Amino acid sequence: MIPSTVPPKYKVFVDPERCMLCERCTTECSWGVYRRQGNKILTYPNRCGACLRCVSNCPRDAITVTLNQSCGREHPVWTPEVKQDVVTQAKSGCILLSGMGNAKEYPIYFDKIVLDACQVTNPSIDPLREPMELRTYVGKKPEKLEFEYVEEEIDGKKVKKAKLETKIAPNIKLNTPIMIGHMSYGALSLNAHKAMAKAVKECGTFMGTGEGGLHRDLYGYSDSIITQVASGRFGVNSEYLNKGAAIEIKIGQGAKPGIGGHLPGEKVSAEVSMTRMIPQGSDAISPAPHHDIYSIEDLAQLIRSLKEATRWKMPVFVKISAVHNVAAIANGIATSDADAVVIDGFKGGTGAAPKVFRDNVGIPIEVAIAAVDDRLREQGNRHKISIIASGGIRNSADVFKSIALGADAVYIGTAAMVAMGCTVCGRCYTGQCAWGIATQKPELVKRLEVDDAARRVANLIHAWTHEIQELLGAAGINSIESLRGNRDRLRGVGLSEIELNTLGIKQAGM
Amino acid sequence: MKELKIDANDMDYRELNEKIHEVLDENKDLEKLVLENVLGQRFIGNGISRKDLTMIVNGVPGGDLGMFMKGPKVVVNGNADHAPGNTMDEGFVVIHGSSGDVTGHSMRGGKVYVQGNVGYRSGIHMKEYKYKFPVLVIGGAAKDFLGEYMAGGIILNLNMDQEDTEKIEGRMIATGIHGGVIYIRGIVESSQLGIAADIKEFTEEDIEKIKPYIEEFCAEFGYSNEVKEKLINSKYTKIAPISSRPFQKLYTPDLR
Repeated sequence: MIPSTVPPKYKVFVDPERCMLCERCTTECSWGVYRRQGNKILTYPNRCGACLRCVSNCPRDAITVTLNQSCGREHPVWTPEVKQDVVTQAKSGCILLSGMGNAKEYPIYFDKIVLDACQVTNPSIDPLREPMELRTYVGKKPEKLEFEYVEEEIDGKKVKKAKLETKIAPNIKLNTPIMIGHMSYGALSLNAHKAMAKAVKECGTFMGTGEGGLHRDLYGYSDSIITQVASGRFGVNSEYLNKGAAIEIKIGQGAKPGIGGHLPGEKVSAEVSMTRMIPQGSDAISPAPHHDIYSIEDLAQLIRSLKEATRWKMPVFVKISAVHNVAAIANGIATSDADAVVIDGFKGGTGAAPKVFRDNVGIPIEVAIAAVDDRLREQGNRHKISIIASGGIRNSADVFKSIALGADAVYIGTAAMVAMGCTVCGRCYTGQCAWGIATQKPELVKRLEVDDAARRVANLIHAWTHEIQELLGAAGINSIESLRGNRDRLRGVGLSEIELNTLGIKQAGM
Repeated sequence: MKELKIDANDMDYRELNEKIHEVLDENKDLEKLVLENVLGQRFIGNGISRKDLTMIVNGVPGGDLGMFMKGPKVVVNGNADHAPGNTMDEGFVVIHGSSGDVTGHSMRGGKVYVQGNVGYRSGIHMKEYKYKFPVLVIGGAAKDFLGEYMAGGIILNLNMDQEDTEKIEGRMIATGIHGGVIYIRGIVESSQLGIAADIKEFTEEDIEKIKPYIEEFCAEFGYSNEVKEKLINSKYTKIAPISSRPFQKLYTPDLR
C-alpha cells in the first residue's frame, strides 16, 4: 500500500490547560474529529473541514483550528490542495465532489467597481426623511400604455375618466430587490427552509423552493414562494405549481453550468422522498438537459404549458448559468413568453458539484448582467423580461452594483446561509453539516432553531435594504427603478479598457 | 350522462383551453366533453383536476396533451404530437394512433396507452411514489432511448407489427434507469441496452403483472380475444435497473 502523502489541511489543537473534559466537542463535531481517551481529548485532524462548530461551542475557548503549516515542501504550483486532489483521485478513480461556490481566486469585478455620489450641482437625498422607493415588480412590462377615455357625470359635472386598456402581465411585487434563490429541500434541511420562508414573508420578498418540491409545512407561505421546475420534475404537479406566486424553470446553475443535479440516495429521507415524490433511498437524478427542450421554441412550449397549468396567472422565470453567449440565450428567452431570466454567475453556491465544474466553468455574474442588459436593449426586448442576478452577491454594494449594471433584482443564497450560521466549509455534499443547515439527519437538523435563524435572515435583508436606501440617496436617486441599468453611477478602478467596455462603465476620473 | 361539445375549428390553443376551463367550471357534473376538429392545439387537458370526466379529442392534438393532468380520461381519435402525458399526475390517455417523441415524459401517475408507434425517448424519467404508479403501453414500436432515466412505473411495449421471435429495432434502451421496469415483446439483445440497464428473467409473476394491462389495452382498442391471448402468451424481454443508485460509484467517497 502506498501511504497517503498529504498531511491534514487543518491543525486541531485542544489546549489541555483550558479543557475541562466536558466532551462537548465530541458530540458537536459531526465529522468524528474528537474522541475522549482517559483524561485527554484526542483529535483526528484529517477529518476536519474547518466548519468551526467545535470552536463556537467550546465553553472554555480551548479549541483552535488553524491551517496546517507543516505541509511539506512549499511550492507555488503544487499546493497542498492540488496534491490532495491528485492523491484522492489516484486512490478512488472518482469524480471529486465539492460544495458551496467557486473557490479559486478569479477577479471579483464587484470589488473593482466604485459607486458615484452626489455633491453640489446635483445634491444627494436624505433617506432618513425622504421616501426611498425600493418596491420592485418582477415580470413583463408593457411596451406602452393605452387608455380609453370615458365621459362620466360626477355631481352634475362631466368628467373625462381614463381607463387602462393595456393588459398588464402578472408580476410579483417585492418590497426590496433582494430575494433568496433556489436551494432545494433535500440539499438543505427543513428547518433551514422554514427559517428562510419566515424571513422572506416578513420582508415582503420571495424564496425559491429549488428542485425538490415544496414540503407541506411551507404551504402557508405560498405567497412568498417561487416554485421550481427542473429536468427531474421532482415534486412537480399542478397543486405544487399553484402553491407558489411564480414558477422558475431551471436550465442551468452557476456552480455547475451544463450539468444536471444529483441528490444522492442517502439524502433522500422519508420526508424528502415524500416531498420529491420518489422512493426513499433512491438517487434523485435531474439530467443535464430537459428532455422536452432542445430549442428556444421547445422552451417556449414548456413556459406556455406551465402558464396553462396555472391559467396564465403567474409569471414564469427561466434560470440559466452565466456562460459566454448568455446574452444571445437571454434574448431568446425574452422572446419566448418568459417573464424573467435568472442569470446565475460562476460564484454561485451549490449543495454538491463536481469540483472541476465549480472551480472552472462559467463566467462572472457582473459581466453577464451587463452583456444581457445591453443585448436586450439593443434588440428592443428589455421590457419583455426582468433580469434577476445571482451567484456571489455578498453585500448591499453588490446588490446595488448589480442593479446599476442592469438587473431588476437579485437572488442571494450563500449569504442567507451564512446568516443562519453556515461557515462556508464546503462539505454540504456529505449531508453531515454540523450546523444543521445542509443535512437531513434529525439530530443535526434540530440544531438550527427556526425562529432564531429566521430572525437573522430577516435582519440581513433589512440591513441591506437600509444600506441600499442610503446608497440611493447618496447617488441622488429616490427610486430603485431609476438605478436599473444606470451605469453612469459606476466607475471602474484597475480594469483594462476591454473589461470596462464589456461592463459598459467608465474609468474612474472620467 | 351529461355531454357537451366544443368545435375547435380555427381556435388558437389558448382560446380552446380557456374554453375547456370555462365549460368545466360551469358544468361541475359534466361527464363527457367532445372536442371536434382539433388540429395541433397544444396543452389540451393541461392541469385539469377532474375525476369521472372523459374528453374525446377528434383530430390531432398538439404537444403536451394532458400535461400535469389529474384525473380525467382523454381519448384521442387520431395521432398525437410529442409528450402526451408529460408530468401527468393521474388519469388515462388513450391514443387511437401514434404519438411523437417523449411520450409519457416524467409521468408520475396515471396511464398512457398508444395503439400505434411512439417516438424517441418515450417514458423518459417516469417515476413512482407509493400509490402513484405510471403505466405506458405501446401497441406498435418504440424509437431509441425508451425509458431513459426511468425511475419508476412500468412500460409495456407490445410490438404488435412483428412476431415475438423477432429482434426489435430500438437502441440505448433504458439508459440511466434506476427504478421501474420495461417489458418488450420480442427479442432484445444486451447490446441494445443503455448504461445501468439489465435484462432480467421473465417469469410467471411477470406475466401476471402485465396481463391486466394487456386486457385493458385490447378492450380499449377493440382487439379480439384471439389477439389478446396471443399477446398474453408471447415472449417478452424484461428490462430493469442494475441498481437504484447507478451513479453512486462515480463520485469520490473521501472527504475533501
